[in-house]
Amino acid sequence: MQTITQRLANPTQFMQLSARILPWVAGAAAAIIAYGLYLSFFDSPPDYQQGETVRIMYIHVPSAWVAMAAYALIAISAFGLLVFRHPLADVSAKAAAPIGAVFTFLALVTGSLWGRPTWGTYWVWDARLTSVLILFFLYLGLIALRSSIEDETLASKLTAILALVGVVMLPIIKFSVEFGNTLHQGASILRAGGSTIDPAIELPLLVMALGFTLMFVALHLKAMRNEVLRRRVKALQMAEVERAQAGRLAAAE
Amino acid sequence: MSAFAMLVARDLRLSVRQGGALGTALGFYMIVVTLLPLGLGADLNLLSRIAPGVLWIALLLSALLSLPRMFGADYEDGSLDLLATGPLPLELVAAAKALAHWIATGIPLTLLAPVLGILLNLEIGTYPVLVATMVVGTPAVSFIGAVGAALTLRAHRGGLLIALLVLPLYVPTLIFGMAVIGALLGPGGVWSPFLILTAISLMAVILGPIAAAAALRAQMQ
Repeated sequence: MQTITQRLANPTQFMQLSARILPWVAGAAAAIIAYGLYLSFFDSPPDYQQGETVRIMYIHVPSAWVAMAAYALIAISAFGLLVFRHPLADVSAKAAAPIGAVFTFLALVTGSLWGRPTWGTYWVWDARLTSVLILFFLYLGLIALRSSIEDETLASKLTAILALVGVVMLPIIKFSVEFGNTLHQGASILRAGGSTIDPAIELPLLVMALGFTLMFVALHLKAMRNEVLRRRVKALQMAEVERAQAGRLAAAE
Repeated sequence: MSAFAMLVARDLRLSVRQGGALGTALGFYMIVVTLLPLGLGADLNLLSRIAPGVLWIALLLSALLSLPRMFGADYEDGSLDLLATGPLPLELVAAAKALAHWIATGIPLTLLAPVLGILLNLEIGTYPVLVATMVVGTPAVSFIGAVGAALTLRAHRGGLLIALLVLPLYVPTLIFGMAVIGALLGPGGVWSPFLILTAISLMAVILGPIAAAAALRAQMQ
């Protein structure tokens, strides 16, 4: 009996399975985000202190959540590549990096736009902001390292090592910047003693978080499929070149 | 003499006799520290306040300059392959090279820092603490740097890439280095940030060579 990860090691099986799942995930993401946007704009009250700007949170919080989840996924994939040499692990890590970087960027931009009316400044050198900015740099580092090495197998291994180093460093970085004071509020939903957010605001937030997660899964699956196809095309091209060379050698004899 | 000590000694001899590396790092350190007052204005009170941060950041940048050579020269002339097949585990090879980098770059930069502090009107009471944070923090700079150096061994434009990879990882070292200086004025005392800085350095000394060796192994197959 094969486990699901073992079966997925066969790219053909992965392509078949993902082709079947992808439309459903993408459709669900679109529907849930549409419902979430309706809730955020029309069916939730403005905050008594922040006013209408609280609606930025419905994009900001899910983006930040996906930004971190994507790094966790990259780290798991890196582990899967280095330890189990799972053939799809590298495809997954490679596909997730740019998507994660974009969501990190979104979290930073929306947070900054929210900070201007609420805190009175676009940016403060606060613990949470700084650690997310550094997460963004780690993403850029992963992408830059991969693109600067020609040999793809080598690039994937080195990027995986960097991703795991980043996992060790991230808590330390987070802890180090939190050593100072922070303006950013602490955990509000997943905390001991229950959520501190009003249900009227929490519902659209949770709906958007679910929608963003599904959107990430859909984007990631699509990017993985593209990567598998790209590798196939490359393999076919290499085979074509080899055949042409063999033909020329035979003609010369 | 053990293989480890021999490798450290060899790297130190090379860094002295090949010349250039140490002089360049020290020269770069001085130039950066000279440029900053020119850009920020020569207000002595301001300079005195930002001097520890300026000295730390300039030190990080100067140490960064010599990182690509840590494995680069040995990789190009093949001695790295020889070291990999030798009796010493690759982790210890990486540790020896990082240690040599620390002795040849980290310590001279640390010794130069108080001299440059005079240019920045650094307060007298800060000198011993600043030097102590640098002595304790620079091993982290070399050993985390070893990971970056190993990862970018075969990359194009390795020098620029290494900065992008390594500088974010220097954040905790820098923050706790500065936290120690900041604690001089506060009520909390300097010990707790100083001990955390030490812990970060020790962790880098243990984990850095492991990651660097994994990266080297991947590139030498």
